[in-house]
Amino acid sequence: MSAYLAIGKIRFLAGMQYRAAAAAGVLTQLFFGLIFLMVYVAFYDQGGAGQPISLREVAAYIWLQQIFLSFIMLWLRDPEIFSLITSGNIAYELCRPCRLYAFWFAKLLATRISGAVLRCFPILLAVFFLPAPYALPLPASPAAFALFAAALLIGLCLVVSISMLIYISVFWTMSPVGSSLMVSVAGEFLAGMIVPVPLMPGWMQTVAYLLPFRWTTDFPFRVYAGNIPIGEAAWGIGVQLAWFAALVLFGQWLLNRALRRVVVQGG
Amino acid sequence: MRLYVRYLSLLFRSQMQYPSSFWLLCFGQFFIPFTVFAGFYFLFERFGEVRGWTFYEAALCFGVVHLAFSIAECFARGFDAFSSLVAAGDFDRLLVRPRSVALQVLGSKFEFTRFGRLLQGFAVLGIAIGNLQVEWNAVKAATLAFMVIGGALVFAGIFILAATMCFWTVQALEVANIFTDGGREMAQYPLHLYERWVLVFFTFVIPFGAVSYWPLLSVLGKTDGNGLLYMVMPLASVLFLLPCLAAWSFGVRHYRSTGS
Amino acid sequence: MIALEGISKSYRVAKRAAGFREAAKALFFREHTVVDALRNVSFDIREGDIAGYIGPNGAGKSTTIKIMCGILVPEAGSCSVLGYTPWKQRMDYVRRIGVVFGQRSQLWWDVPVIDSFEMLRHIYKIPPADYQRTLALLTETLDLGDIVRTPVRQLSLGQRMRCEIAASLLHEPRILFLDEPTIGLDAASKIAVRDFIKTINREKGVTVILTTHDMSDIEALANRILLIGKGTLLYDGDLPDLRSRYGNDPMDGLILRLYREHQI
Repeated sequence: MSAYLAIGKIRFLAGMQYRAAAAAGVLTQLFFGLIFLMVYVAFYDQGGAGQPISLREVAAYIWLQQIFLSFIMLWLRDPEIFSLITSGNIAYELCRPCRLYAFWFAKLLATRISGAVLRCFPILLAVFFLPAPYALPLPASPAAFALFAAALLIGLCLVVSISMLIYISVFWTMSPVGSSLMVSVAGEFLAGMIVPVPLMPGWMQTVAYLLPFRWTTDFPFRVYAGNIPIGEAAWGIGVQLAWFAALVLFGQWLLNRALRRVVVQGG
Repeated sequence: MRLYVRYLSLLFRSQMQYPSSFWLLCFGQFFIPFTVFAGFYFLFERFGEVRGWTFYEAALCFGVVHLAFSIAECFARGFDAFSSLVAAGDFDRLLVRPRSVALQVLGSKFEFTRFGRLLQGFAVLGIAIGNLQVEWNAVKAATLAFMVIGGALVFAGIFILAATMCFWTVQALEVANIFTDGGREMAQYPLHLYERWVLVFFTFVIPFGAVSYWPLLSVLGKTDGNGLLYMVMPLASVLFLLPCLAAWSFGVRHYRSTGS
Repeated sequence: MIALEGISKSYRVAKRAAGFREAAKALFFREHTVVDALRNVSFDIREGDIAGYIGPNGAGKSTTIKIMCGILVPEAGSCSVLGYTPWKQRMDYVRRIGVVFGQRSQLWWDVPVIDSFEMLRHIYKIPPADYQRTLALLTETLDLGDIVRTPVRQLSLGQRMRCEIAASLLHEPRILFLDEPTIGLDAASKIAVRDFIKTINREKGVTVILTTHDMSDIEALANRILLIGKGTLLYDGDLPDLRSRYGNDPMDGLILRLYREHQI
């Protein structure tokens, strides 16, 4: 266990070095959040009543997306792992006395957390004090907040387990672009990154609900905003855990097969 | 100019060494902005119109901005990817060659795969034009062409500014995204959706308004102003590009005095 | 031909933090240290010399080369190469010099070498007749016959280095700067590169300045030795002079003694 913690810590400290990068990220995400929200404000002026998600809830949704951006972007590449696989240096990783899946998982998890830690507080502070339609509302209730926190963490693990599948697929495609890029783009769309899931047309929502992507972010954010009631949220966390278990098992099985191929090829 | 064409042909031959990855990327580049357009469409489908702009009117805006962005990305990609050039130390090589540094940076990279994105921009533009009840004339057509060219120049200027930042720090580079990706995301909607300060800033400081929103008002007949005046408005992009180039050459001087 | 006079140059380097507390502190304060890369360096090199520029890692070799190539501007001092101040008339000046950075490539990775040469012909505006003549000569002396039709990525390091050197000689420069030209090469390739450097020096009168960590390069090539350590020039002379002072030990041991003597 301690080996996984150690790799996590190294990653975390490395991430913390990039102070200027974090400041730039804060500014960028504030700007994006504001612009997106202004678009929604304009649309809701038109006919906000009767929409499945209120403007206030959209504001929470958008800001949480920006605050936890590094938790949710599928297209967050770890060039190290890609080059390990494509260059054949993977043999080196196999010499370590760690289970590869857990090792990479810890690495990716720490990268994402360090990316968010530096950025989330300044953004959080700023967006609570914005004027009316743009401010981040408080969570719907203390219970909703607790469920949100749990759902967000499981969601983060879900994101990492999905991105693990993308990395593992590189064993077959040998190219970090192309197929994996498209999975990421589609996944982010289905997670509500471009349009919140409740605002998609019905058929698109059905697709989104059938796939794991929306459980990563759409679900926790809507719990926070109160768009998903408490009872339903508790069930949702169960669904998240089920998806997580399935994805990890599938990922490990796939990785083992991939590694066997490597060994067979002798590369 | 002749040299630039030579660079292009060389880079094209390089990329063609990997045809399968080339086609995959082309396809990917066509597909990525597609989700953005889908989101754009879904919102209009749900809400009808926004502040008096219908879907097709806004789509014209979307098409112009995305087309301009992809043209800039194709041609000025060398500046966009400049941080890797500096990080790899290959920038020194450009300085020991007897040609303009800016030209060599432009020629260092050309993203042919961005043609996929270009294609999508044309498609959206085509859909919008086909469904709009606009009486086209020479002035309006010229305005539209100028908008695309001007928009590409504005994006190119931002790429150059971002590349200039690399001489001081590559860490804070993400902030440039506000104006490249952010500018694109923002300007794809008519600017008067936003708060007034956004409109002012993006008209007078970074002239996205001058290349997309204002001339579009004239093309769509949303204003009575003189059409010719609106036609030349996108030329403001040149006024923006010049200080960007000045900042760039200042950055090169800084690099040579610090070597960082 | 080349004259440096009192050249100085320093860098500002941010201190990197170690450990958790330091990392957190570095979020708010960052300390900088000034590193003197070059301190009052002066030397001159005559036409037709092959000068070996040596010193431990971080001594300032590359900085000096970059200043002489016009890439960097020094803080103090003057430099005159072929009558130019390198960092002032960049375009005119760099047309007359050739530069090889041993660790980097100036060739386009995915296309045959000859395409890169052709590109360089246009960059340097070399008249076709001159180009054909130089290319024929280089192909013959460097034995490039078949390899110019191969993409760079498929070349061995030795083949690539020969092509790199050829590429920087296409425009017939009068001075050639070589930054670690033999790094990573096998014995046969090293000897081929050395022979070639000698040939162009003898037959075309090209002045050569090379940095290296391989003392046998110096022994085989240099008629002039410049030793730099911690940013200052510590020794400037020729090989016989060095021998007369320190005896006939192998070159590596000799240099090590020089390093020790100056405590670098």
